[in-house]
Amino acid sequence: MGRLFAVVVTAIALVSVTLFALHTWWLPPDISTHGGRIDSQLNETMIVAGILFVAAQLALGVFVWRFGERGGTRATWPVRIFPGGATPMVVIATVLVGIEILVLTLVGSKVWASVYQSPPPPGALQIDVLAEQFAFYFRYAGADGKFGVIHPEKMSDADQNFFGLDPATDTTARDDIVVATLVVPANQPVALRLHAKDVNHSFYVREARIQQDFVPGMVIPLHFTATTPGRYELVCTQLCGLGHYNMRAYVEVKSPAEFGQWLKAQQPAF
Amino acid sequence: MFSVDHKVIGRQYLDLALVAVFTGMVLSWLMRFHLGWPDTPIPGLGKIAPGGAAGGVMTPEYYLALMTMHGTIMVFFVLTTAPFAGFGNFLLPIQVGAEDMAFPRINMMSFWVTLVAFLVLVAAFFVGDQPPLSGWTAYAPLSAVGKDAGPGQGWGQTLWAISIGIFCIAQLLGSLNFIATTLDLRTRGMSLARMPMATWAWFITAVIALVAFAVLMPACILLILDRVAGTSFFIPGGLVISDQLQPHTGGSPLLWQHLFWFFGHPEVYVAILPGFGIVSQILPVFARKPLLGPKVFIACLAAIAFLSYTVWGHHMFLSGMNPFSATLFSVPTLVITIPAAIVTLLWIGTIYGARLRFTSASLFALGFVSVFVSGGISGFFLAQPSTDIYLHGTYFVVAHFHFVMGVAAMFGIFAGTYFWFPKMFGRMMSETLGKWHFWLTFIGVYCIFMPMHYLGLAGNVRRYSAFTDDYLQPLIPLHRFITIAALVTGAAQLIFLYNLIRSRLRGPQAPDNPWEATTLEWSTSSPPPHDNFGGRRPVVTQGPNEYAVAGPGGRDYIMQAESR
Repeated sequence: MGRLFAVVVTAIALVSVTLFALHTWWLPPDISTHGGRIDSQLNETMIVAGILFVAAQLALGVFVWRFGERGGTRATWPVRIFPGGATPMVVIATVLVGIEILVLTLVGSKVWASVYQSPPPPGALQIDVLAEQFAFYFRYAGADGKFGVIHPEKMSDADQNFFGLDPATDTTARDDIVVATLVVPANQPVALRLHAKDVNHSFYVREARIQQDFVPGMVIPLHFTATTPGRYELVCTQLCGLGHYNMRAYVEVKSPAEFGQWLKAQQPAF
Repeated sequence: MFSVDHKVIGRQYLDLALVAVFTGMVLSWLMRFHLGWPDTPIPGLGKIAPGGAAGGVMTPEYYLALMTMHGTIMVFFVLTTAPFAGFGNFLLPIQVGAEDMAFPRINMMSFWVTLVAFLVLVAAFFVGDQPPLSGWTAYAPLSAVGKDAGPGQGWGQTLWAISIGIFCIAQLLGSLNFIATTLDLRTRGMSLARMPMATWAWFITAVIALVAFAVLMPACILLILDRVAGTSFFIPGGLVISDQLQPHTGGSPLLWQHLFWFFGHPEVYVAILPGFGIVSQILPVFARKPLLGPKVFIACLAAIAFLSYTVWGHHMFLSGMNPFSATLFSVPTLVITIPAAIVTLLWIGTIYGARLRFTSASLFALGFVSVFVSGGISGFFLAQPSTDIYLHGTYFVVAHFHFVMGVAAMFGIFAGTYFWFPKMFGRMMSETLGKWHFWLTFIGVYCIFMPMHYLGLAGNVRRYSAFTDDYLQPLIPLHRFITIAALVTGAAQLIFLYNLIRSRLRGPQAPDNPWEATTLEWSTSSPPPHDNFGGRRPVVTQGPNEYAVAGPGGRDYIMQAESR
C-alpha cells in the first residue's frame, strides 16, 4: 500500500507540474507596459512554488515507500529519529521560505507600487468609468476637457443618463461623451476613475494585467498604458447579482491616429 | 436527546455535519453539472425548484443561490462543526481526563443553537421570493440594500444574516467551554506539556474562534439592521439601484469587508488547525514512533493563531482599501507560511525511519499532508499583491481555498472518523471500504481542484453561472472534466456513508485500544461510560508521544496513564 501511495503521489505531482510547465492553459500575452513585471513575478513564484511542491510531495512519497509496512507482516526494522530531530526542519523552513518571502516582497512591492501607489503620468488621458448592474459605461471629457458633475438623483437607465448629468445647468456636462466600449490610444497612459452606481463590481482586463474593484461611495483611481492595438474583454469579477456572469464590455486599443479620429466622430451625450 | 454529556453532544455535532456535508455536496454537483452543460435539464430539479429551475435548467440567480448555500453550509456547518465542535467535544474532555466539559449545560445549548442556525439557513432556501445569492462572504451593499438589488435580496438574505448571527453565539459558547475545560479540568499529572496534540489544536482553535466569531456576530447584527431597520452601516449615500435612488447615506461597504475578513481569515484556521492536531496525533500511532518536535509543533500552532489576526487585508488588496496597506498585509501572510512549512516538515520527518502501518485513518492522514502542501503552496501567489492583481477573483482562488481549507480539513475529518469511530460507537469500520474510499477521494480531489489552477491562470472568473465571454468558451471542456471528476468523487463518498451506517449497526466489536495508541481515550472502554472513566480519574504519568519505547508486556508504547 505504501508503494502505491508513493507512485500515486509522484504521478499527481509530475502531471500537475508538467501541465503548468507546458503552459497548456496560461495567461494571454500581455499588452500593457507594467504587465511584463507582473508576469516575471508570477513566473518566479511559479518556479519556486513548483520546486517546493515537487520536493515536498516526493519526500512524502519516498518516505512512505521506504518506511511503509509491506503485505500483512508487521515491520521489525529499528525505528529511527530524523537525523538532528526537529531542528533541521525549523532551519530549512525558516531559511528557505524566509529568503523567498524577502525576495518576493522586495521585488513584488515595486511592481505593485508602480500601478497602485504612484499617480498616473502627467498628460494621461482621463476617462470616467461607471459600473452598474450589469454594464460598464465610459465617459470622455469632450472638447472642454472638463467632466460634468455627477448627480445620483438624475441617474436613469430609462433616459440613458447613465452618469446622472445635468446639461441644463451644467455647461461642462454638455460635451461629455458617454460610450459603452472603452476605447484607448496605444502607448499613452490612461487614468481611469471608477464609480459604482449600485453595488460592488470589478474592472478586470486579463491582457492588460489590471484588476480593481468598484466600490459604491468611493471614486477609485486606476491607471495603465496599453501597448498593442486590438480588442479585449473587460469583465466583472465581483459578485454583483444575477447578471454578474454576463457583465462585460470591450476594450479597444487603437493607434493614436485612429483614436483621434474615433474621438472626433463621437457625438456628445446631449 | 437533550443530553449534557459531551460525548452525545459531540456525536450530535458530527451528525449535523454529516447532513450538512451531503447537502453541500449535492449543491456542488448541481452547480458543476450546470457549468459543464448549461442547457441540459437536470432530472427532477424542475420539480424541487419550479421557480429557480423551471424544466430542470437553472436560472443564473438560482445558480448563485446554490453557490451561496454551498459555501455557507460547508464553511460554517461542516468545516467548523465537524473538526472543531464535533471531534473536540467528544474527545477533548476524555483526552485531558475530565468527566465532562466545564459547563455541560452551556455545551448542550451551543449544539442546539447551532441546529437552530442551520434550520434558519435551510429556511432561507424556501422562504420568500428567492434564496440569498450574495455568496458566503455577503459583500455589502449587495447584501444590505434589499429587494431593489434583484432576486435573492429579500427575506432570504435577511435569514442568512440571522442564521450566521445565531451560529456565532453557538461558537462563542462552545469556544469558552473548550478553553475553560482545557485550563481547569485536566486530571492529575496532565500538565500542559503532556496534552495530546489534538487537544492542543482544539484549545488554540477555541482561542481563535472566540475572537473571530465575536467580531462576526456584531457585523451580522449591523447587516440585519441595514436590511430591516433602515440604518446605513454598510451603505453609502447616492446609490441608484434599478433606477431607484436609495434612502441610505453615510455607510461604508469596506467596513463590512474588514469585519467579515477579520473573522474570515482566522476562520480558515478554525477549519484547518483541528486537522493539524488530528493528523499529528494519528501519524505517530501508525508510524509507531513519536511525533517529531512536539514542542515546535505547538509553538507553530500558537504562531499561526497570532498571525491569523494580522492578515485579513490580503482578501482586500484590490478592494479599494488604501494600496499602501497591501504590503503591510502581504508580509504577515507570507510569514505565516513559515510555521505552516515547519509543521509540514515535522509530519514528513515523522514518517522517516517509521514502521508505517496502512489503515484508512493513516492513509487519510498522509493524504492530508499531500493536499495541505498543494493548497498551501498556491497561497504564495495570492499573498503577493502584484500577482494577486491577475489571479484575484479567478478559479485560482477557488482551487487554493478548496485544497487548503476544504479538502485538507475534510481529510482531517475522514482520518479522525476512521480513527475514533471504534471509540465512539464500540464498533470497527470496514477497512476495505475505507481504503477504496481513500483512493477514489484522493485521486478525485486532485482531478477536481488541480485543473482549477489552470482555469485561474487563463483568467477564468469565479462565481459565473455560465461562460459567455469569448475567452471563456474554449475553457468549457476543462470545466466538463472537472464536473465529471466531481460527480465520481462525490459518488465515492456514498461508500463512506454506507460504511458509517453499516459499521454503526453491524461492525465487529471494537477493543478498548484497537490502534495501540497512548492517549487517555484509549484507556477507557469503547464506547466510554457516561463519566468517561467509570468512577475513577486517571493519573497521568507520561506524555502522549511514548512510542518506540520498551513498554509493559513487551509493547512498543506506554499509555499516558500507565507507569513504566
